[in-house]
Amino acid sequence: MRTGLIAKKLGMTRLFKDDGTHVPVTVLHLDELQVVDTRTVERDGYTAVQLGSGKAKVKNVSKPNRGHFARVKVEPKKNLREFRVSEDALLEPGATLSAAHFVVGQKIDVTGTSKGKGFAGGMKRWNFAGLEASHGVSISHRSLGSTGNRQDPGKTFKNKKMAGHLGGERITTLNLEVAAVDVEKGLIMVRGAVPGSKGELVEVRDAIKRARHADAPFPAALVGA
Amino acid sequence: MNIIQQYEAGEIARLTEARAVPEFAPGDTVRVSVRVVEGERTRTQAYEGVVIARSNKGLNSNFTVRKISYGEGVERVFPLYAPTIAEIAVVRRGDVRRAKLYYLRGRRGKSARIAEKAREVNTTATAAAE
Repeated sequence: MRTGLIAKKLGMTRLFKDDGTHVPVTVLHLDELQVVDTRTVERDGYTAVQLGSGKAKVKNVSKPNRGHFARVKVEPKKNLREFRVSEDALLEPGATLSAAHFVVGQKIDVTGTSKGKGFAGGMKRWNFAGLEASHGVSISHRSLGSTGNRQDPGKTFKNKKMAGHLGGERITTLNLEVAAVDVEKGLIMVRGAVPGSKGELVEVRDAIKRARHADAPFPAALVGA
Repeated sequence: MNIIQQYEAGEIARLTEARAVPEFAPGDTVRVSVRVVEGERTRTQAYEGVVIARSNKGLNSNFTVRKISYGEGVERVFPLYAPTIAEIAVVRRGDVRRAKLYYLRGRRGKSARIAEKAREVNTTATAAAE
């Protein structure tokens, strides 16, 4: 299992291909993505790599974290994420990852925090049908309807779908396709939409439900390697 | 410019190099040559009509062309920078005072005419020469 990448969602645009078709794409940007630490079976009981992206001002980094970054000699990072990897896919701390990690046509999973929608009713949150527009319905056109039965069971079951807070949660979109990769600028263009708003951090991984792409570099595509 | 704007500017430069975009406005009559793939071979198909709307949004710009085909009104929306368009030729300059000529949809024949504007006509070929 290869490591994933931390990327920033920049927004959407379109790609015109030579055969005349066009592809709607989301642009993801890799910002100084480096390996900061590793987890090993002997020490931690599992294997993973810790990646860092962006740039943090030293004055805003806590003293323990300053030591953490200094130990592997990388610039302080704004964002840290851990990715589980298999033992043969462990990376050296300090290595810089490149966008060539993913190849065009490959399927990927993208995890992000969805846009917050606030307190939403049952129609928006659970796709309920609501009540009718006429035939005697008054004031409750967008209500849920019934939430239970009668004296037996005499209660509303737990986890009943109701109105409440929608969005702002961790979402993974599976099997998105890589439409283009720009290694120089550190861009990955993904066909279709990914969760979250512009400027949001997303995690990009190989599709979990597919075999790894034959051309995808293993264990990872590193800058200057 | 942010990264997406840079990318879109680059794409516009690349696509206009392959096929120049002439200057045209709503009210103009244009002939759009569209590349059509039929099995193995490709040919171009001309679509001529009045530009009734333009949407200018960089790489995502598009324009709507309306014509009367066999007595039936037909409208087609083309992406301005689509590589499927082989050529855009301006046939006639129209003199109109509106940006969107949706009022033409409700009109037929004499009342759907547009007066010609006294200006020279240029095509993809002349736009490339400029």
